[in-house]
Parts: sequence; C-alpha cells; structure tokens
Amino acid sequence: MKIYLKIWRQDNPASPGQMKDYQLDDVSQDMSFLEMMDLLNESLIQKSERVVEFDHDCREGICGQCGMMINGRAHGPLTHTTTCQLHMRSFKDGDTIYIEPFRAAAFPIVRDLKVDRKAFDKIIQAGGFISASTGETPEANGILIAHAIAEAAFDAAACIGCGACVATCKNSSADLFTSAKITQLALLPQGQIERTERVIAMVDQMDAEGFGHCSNTEACEVECPQEISVLHIARMNYEYNKAQLVQH
Amino acid sequence: MLESKIPEGNLADKWDNYKEHVKLVNPANRKKLDVIVVGTGLAGASCAASLGELGYNVKSFCFQDSPRRAHSVAAQGGVNAAKNYKNDGDSVFRMFSDTIKGGDFRSREANVYRLAECSANLIDQAVAQGVPFAREYGGYLNNRSFGGVQVSRTFYARGQTGQQLLLGAYQALMRQVGANKVKTYTRHEMLDLVVIDGKAKGIITRDLVTGEIERHAANAVVLASGGYGKVYYLSTLAMGCNTSAIWRAHKKGAYMSGVSWIQFHPTCLPQSGEHQSKLTLMSESLRNDGRIWVPKKARDERKPNDIPEDERDYYLERRYPTFGNLAPRDISSRAAKERIDAGCGVGVMKNAVFLDFSKAIKEQGKEKIKEKYSNLFKMYDKINAVNAYNEPMLISPAAHFTMGGLWVDYELMTTIPGLFALGEANFADHGANRLGANSLLQASVDGYFIAPYSIPNYLAGELKAEKITTDHPAFAEAEQVVKKQLQQFLNINGHLSADHFHKTLGKLLYDGCGLSRTKDSLEKAIVSIKTLRDQFYKELKITGDHTINSELEKAGRVADYLDLGILMCEDALSREESCGAHFREEYQTPDGEALRNDHDYCYVSAWEWKGADAQHELHKEPLVFENVSLTVRSYK
Ligand SMILES: Cc1cc2nc3c(=O)[nH]c(=O)nc-3n(C[C@H](O)[C@H](O)[C@H](O)COP(=O)(O)OP(=O)(O)OC[C@H]3O[C@@H](n4cnc5c(N)ncnc54)[C@H](O)[C@@H]3O)c2cc1C
Ligand code: SF4
Ligand code: FES
Repeated sequence: MKIYLKIWRQDNPASPGQMKDYQLDDVSQDMSFLEMMDLLNESLIQKSERVVEFDHDCREGICGQCGMMINGRAHGPLTHTTTCQLHMRSFKDGDTIYIEPFRAAAFPIVRDLKVDRKAFDKIIQAGGFISASTGETPEANGILIAHAIAEAAFDAAACIGCGACVATCKNSSADLFTSAKITQLALLPQGQIERTERVIAMVDQMDAEGFGHCSNTEACEVECPQEISVLHIARMNYEYNKAQLVQH
Repeated sequence: MLESKIPEGNLADKWDNYKEHVKLVNPANRKKLDVIVVGTGLAGASCAASLGELGYNVKSFCFQDSPRRAHSVAAQGGVNAAKNYKNDGDSVFRMFSDTIKGGDFRSREANVYRLAECSANLIDQAVAQGVPFAREYGGYLNNRSFGGVQVSRTFYARGQTGQQLLLGAYQALMRQVGANKVKTYTRHEMLDLVVIDGKAKGIITRDLVTGEIERHAANAVVLASGGYGKVYYLSTLAMGCNTSAIWRAHKKGAYMSGVSWIQFHPTCLPQSGEHQSKLTLMSESLRNDGRIWVPKKARDERKPNDIPEDERDYYLERRYPTFGNLAPRDISSRAAKERIDAGCGVGVMKNAVFLDFSKAIKEQGKEKIKEKYSNLFKMYDKINAVNAYNEPMLISPAAHFTMGGLWVDYELMTTIPGLFALGEANFADHGANRLGANSLLQASVDGYFIAPYSIPNYLAGELKAEKITTDHPAFAEAEQVVKKQLQQFLNINGHLSADHFHKTLGKLLYDGCGLSRTKDSLEKAIVSIKTLRDQFYKELKITGDHTINSELEKAGRVADYLDLGILMCEDALSREESCGAHFREEYQTPDGEALRNDHDYCYVSAWEWKGADAQHELHKEPLVFENVSLTVRSYK
C-alpha cells in the first residue's frame, strides 16, 4: 500500500525542527511500524539523505526504548501497545501518518524522534530500590508473601519505562511511572523499612526533573503499554501525605 | 598454555577453597581502584552494583538510553535454582549433572558445579531486592519445570522473568549511582580495548549522541556485552545486540571459544517477508500443551483445520515418544528443520510448523488454556492477526542464544590479564547446548557472586602497579584506529546499506552454519562471506556524519559480524563431530541423532586472532570428567 508520512526532523536539542514529507509506495500490511521506518531509511540512504533517527531495540514491547507520537497518540492508534508492536495493518492504503517525538520539558529531543529520558533513571536513583547489597539476604522463603500481594506488586513492576504516560499527559506528569515503582515496593514486605523516605525522595526528584503535576485526566492509563493503573497515583499521593506526617 | 585455574579439591569443595584463598583488598584501598564494566544486562548491572557496594570506583557502559533496557529484559520463561522447594529430588549435584548432560559434555565440571551451587543464593538476592516472583496461595515461591529436566526448579515472574530480574539489578545499580560509587555512560559504545604491557587497562568508546571518541582508563575491564546471535540478522535478539565489544577484545588478544555453538529456539514466529527485522520468541512453555505437527504430504496447501488427523505428522511425538513435544531445544529445532527441508513446511514461506492447542482445549477447556497463556495468545494475535484458539500457531526455529564467546578461566578472566568476560559474552558453563532458564542464572551468578571475588583477587596485584592515565600512547593509538575505521566507513560512499550486508550475511549463515552444517556448506559459506566482506568495504553507503548516526553504528557492528561469521564457520569446520547445537550432518547415528566423538573432540576450542589476513590459531583446553560419565544424550 501507499503511505504518506509527515515526520519531525530536528538536528539537535538547540536547533529548530520541522515536519517533513515522505512517501512510501510499497508498504506491506504485515510490516511492523518500525519495519516501515526501516524501509523509509533504506530509501533515504539510496537518495543520499540523512536517515530519520528513532529509538528502538528489542522490537517486542519489553525494553521500553521505542516511542513516537503517531497521529497525535503516544505509541499510535492501538491502546496498550508499544510502537514496535504496532503493525501496518492498522493503517489503510493512502493514509497520511504524522510522526513526532515524545515531547516533554523533561525529555529533551536528541535528534529527530530520539529523546533523552535520563530523568526516569534519576527518579529511580533517588529511591526506587530496596537497599539489599549483594550477600545481605535471608532465605527466599523466609518471608512469605501472599499470592495476591505478589501479583499486585507484579502488575506495578511491569512498567517498561517508555515514557508514553509523560508524552500523552497535557501536564507532562511522570506520576504514572513513579507511582508504579512506589506501589510495587510499598506492597512488598521487603520494601517497608525505606517506605517513608522512598516516596518523599522519588516524588521530590520527579518535581526537580521538571515533570508537571497530575490533574487526573487519566489519559496515561489508556496509552500505557503495560496497562499500569492510575490507582497507583492515588496510592502514591496517600503514601506521600502519610510520609510527610511521619517525617514532621 | 591455556590455564583454566580450576581450584584443588573435591568438586563440591572447589568454590569454597577458592573463596578461602583469594586475595583481598583493604576497604581503604578500594576507592583507589577503577573498574570498567561494559554492559548493563544481568551480568553487567549485577557486577557493577556489587563492586560499587564493595567500594570500588566503577564506570558502567551501555549503548541503550538507559541501563534498564539491556536485552536481559526480554527473557520470558524463568530462572533455575536448586532450592528443592518441591521436594522432588533436586539437588546441586542433580542440577550440575543435568546441565553437563544438556551441554552434551562440552563444558567444565567445576564451572557448572559452581553455577548450580550459587543458584539458590540468586533467588534469595532477587527476592530481597523486591523481584515479584510467582507465589503459591500459601505465600511460598512457586516453581515450574522447563525443557530437558525432570524436576521443577524454575522460578518465574509471569512471562517477564528477565525484566523483573533485570530491574532488580538495575535498581541496585541506580542505588550505587546515587551513592556516587558507579558512574553510568549510556548511549556509549565500546569500540576498542586498550592493552598495556599485556594487561587490559581501558577502553575507547564512542558517545553515540555527540559522536565524540573517548578514552577511559581502569585497573580492570569487564565485558558483559551479551550474546551475538544477531549475527544471523533474523534472531530473537534486540536490534543493537552485537559482537563488537568482545570481537575487538579478541583482536587485542582474547581467545574466542565455542564460536559456532548457537542455540536455535524452536518456538519463534516465522519470517513472513523480506522486510522482517526480528523473529519474536513465543515462550517455550507453550510446548507443555501445544502439539507440534506438519502435514504428512509435502506442499500441502490445505488449511490446517481441513487436514484430517491421519494426514498429520506429529513428528516430535513420533521420534521422541518419551519427551515428545518437550524434547530439548536443539533436538526440536533440528527435527523441525528436517521436516521443512523435506518440503512439509507450512505458512507463506513454507518455513514453519504448526503448534496446535485443539487437543488441550478439548481436554482442559478454553478457559484453562486462556489462564495459562492468554498473554502469549494475545501477542500472537497482535503480530499475526490470527486467533490461535481457533487455528494452530505457526512457529519456526530462530537463532537465539550463543553458547560461544570469549574464553575465560575459572575466575572469568580472559587470556588478557585484567580483562574479564561475564554472562552470555563468555563461553563458560553451557557447553554445546544451553538448558532453558540457565542463562539468566549464569549472567546473574557471574555478576553477583563470582566477579566480586575474582576481580578483587586480580585488583590486589594492581595496587602496587603504576597508575595508567589516558595520556599513555596506547590510548592515542587505539583512538586513532577507531577514528580511522569510522572515517573509512563514511568515505566508501558505495550504494548498499549496512542492513543489506547484515541480511545477506544472515542468510549465508543460516544456510551454511545454521541448525545443521556440513564440510561442504561451511567451506562454501567461508568463501561467500569473504566475498561479501570485500564488497562491504567497497560498496557500503552511509549517509550523515560523525554525530549521532545509527547507520554508522550499524556499519561497525556489521564489519565485526562479517569477521565473526568466518570464524564461526572455521570453528564448525574444525570440529568433526556432532554435539549439542553443533550438528554436522556427516556425523549422525542411523536414526539421525548427533554423534559425538569424545575420543578426538573432548576439548574446548580457543581461537587466537593472528591478524586480518592470517588464519586463526586453534588452542585446545582438554575437558576432564571425573564426576559424571560421558553418556549418549537420549530423549527418545
Ligand atoms: C527473547 C529471549 C528470551 C530469553 N529467555 C530466557 C529465559 O527464559 N531464561 C533464561 O535463563 N534465559 C533466557 N534468555 C537468555 C538470557 O536472557 C540472556 O542470555 C541473558 O540475559 C544475557 O545477559 P547478559 O547480561 O550477558 O547480556 P545482555 O542482557 O544482553 O546485556 C548486554 C549489555 O551490553 C551492552 N553492550 C553490548 N555491546 C556493547 C558495546 N559494544 N558497547 C557498550 N555496551 C554494549 C548492552 O547495552 C547491554 O547493556 C532469553 C534470551 C532472549 C533473547
Ligand atoms: S507507566 Fe506505562 S506508559 Fe509510563 S513509562 Fe511505564 S510502561 Fe510506559
Ligand atoms: S523496541 Fe523495545 S519496547 Fe519497543
């Protein structure tokens, strides 16, 4: 099928960017979206033009490295699907597709569709862990964890750190990402000791990185490829308020 | 000259003996010692975090935009440990012997025993970090069993075990970054190793954003850069997986072992067209309930549901009545290839076999199957737009895991003093075939439990050594070589992309040095790859410049893959036997099984680089088996 593309091109964080037009005449329904991008780049090489830079690695929806705004939606038209798992059968012959980077003040554009998501690492560095150095560990079955708790912790832990929640939020809030980690560690018995400091440090870091505040529109949950629930945000607020009380 | 440094004593005492005698570094001195760790997968992240906790200065490198994205993240099935929680007869010795046998007696006893011995600790470590493994209703950890063994020793976190283990290691790493013990360099690619007076003293990297070529000095260098299965282009690996880190170390003197031992995973989604960039793995657990078959008749064009029962060939059940659909990976993959080559393959490219759930659905009900595999059925539907509850899945074998890698001794040190290799990047532990769920384990055990002993044992000797800085001429020289190569790629200005060469190489290797090989196929592949390599240096085309440029990154990786591909074929050619994943058609039993030759080939091959135009030199490390007897691996 024939596909028209309008793609954001920007050389570096400081330079102005613009949408550029491209056309592909021979796209197959079975191609993944990123394979369509490969095809485009192959054609650009043949025309001696610089390729479109975009992030990707695993191409199976788990590493969290891919991510584009496709026709205005983070990761494209399907819900709960990463860009790499989107296929061209979601589009029709003759369609025009708008492709832009994930935009947020805390995610500066590196080039074209690549953005810098280091701010997420910084939030984890602030407290998104349990301090268990290598060797300092009791026998694994020494602390029992109820099936339901382990499953709920898993649901929160499934976040792939892609940033779609931030990109889709009109305030560029990182609440969904941060709250998922806070929930996972707050649910587990191993995470109790650091629970208070953790939530304060992570939330403060999130603010320091320049993410916006959550205004409960819940758009993030719809786009999140891992179906992370906005209920975690409520829990994070609860944990944060409680921690403030405990600390003062 | 190859000294594996296996400690004295009984098998079960070796690791303790080793630990009791390693040299220690005084805590006050540790901050004077720098360690570079390339890779942030399970092996690299756990090593960097653990060394940071001990007080060393660590620099950690990865090419992705965050350490959390290393390809360990993609592992689905699980991780093995000899906890014997199920009281089903598991033990360290049984896990050891399963692994040795699974590897077709081509790995070192002492290494494998240590892997089994440290396995229980890994589960303790991960649970303490908050890894949400599956639990039973009573709150205890749950287990399942995985291909090729008879006990339940696999721990799992739904279908995302690798992700959860990696996030545990990543968070431990982030904690050390926050504590200023580890510095991370993301979007950095290692492009050379710096060797001074025979010892590893640093690396040259390229900042993938600015394009800057950087020098980093250290007292020891750790390569935990993962597997090179992407050499086949179509594989279950991530797009950026490469051999460059280990290959460039190889060119600086580190030997490579088991180079052609590549595991092909039997349950992957088949290639559907030329555009395809990767073959997605469908968890092997599907084989617990799915039956594998092809039509009896070659080139049967009927829809699967229209083919009557007696015209179907359930070839695994037919050939391996005891293990049936659960036969080990190498055997299942080869059996599929045998049928596909016979013309019975299915799908648009006739390159697949059916994985059929209709019997399981009939017997257990659709709900039960949904409960077990709904995420996999969903994924299948997403990729293929096919509902596998109603018709069989199409699967086919794909390049998946590299048993080969840098040769290391018991301390995980390569033939270059001060250079260590961990995880999938080394050759150790899995022999000629890896058992499912053993490699997350190996990567983790290498990083959490072995490197924190063996690296300090080396570093203790570094305290008195002269401190090397990046002003040393060896750094300037290595930097020049890297810069020259990048410029060369940009200058060629031919007309074919790096992907073109990568795809072509992949096809040559699938045919010549894939699931099965012959003297003839290997010799032909060597000639073709050499021709392709010449063409690469004449006709490559890269647009853009030195700054951020994914095509330039690819070119470097493909250049190394081309060299590696030739060595793979030479390695396979030199081993005139079949063992594990290495199936030489000339060496098989009358019923088509691998025919090992312990008399002549019970050794580890270790290849030494002799220069771009010279032949590699083969060194041999004999394998000695004192605790298991060499039997014929049979899953009939
Ligand atoms: C789809 C899939 C499913 C799997 N499932 C299982 C399973 O269920 N159980 C199991 O036990 N095993 C499984 N495996 C195998 C297992 O996941 C891997 O063997 C293991 O995770 C490898 O870990 P690693 O740390 O050695 O390497 P990786 O996790 O691959 O990490 C490599 C690291 O090196 C870095 N790197 C590479 N090259 C360079 C360079 N030149 N410069 C800088 N950095 C570099 C990368 O950025 C990355 O951080 C699976 C593998 C795949 C592909
Ligand atoms: S919460 Fe969802 S959308 Fe946000 S980073 Fe995690 S996986 Fe991506
Ligand atoms: S490329 Fe890994 S999630 Fe898309």
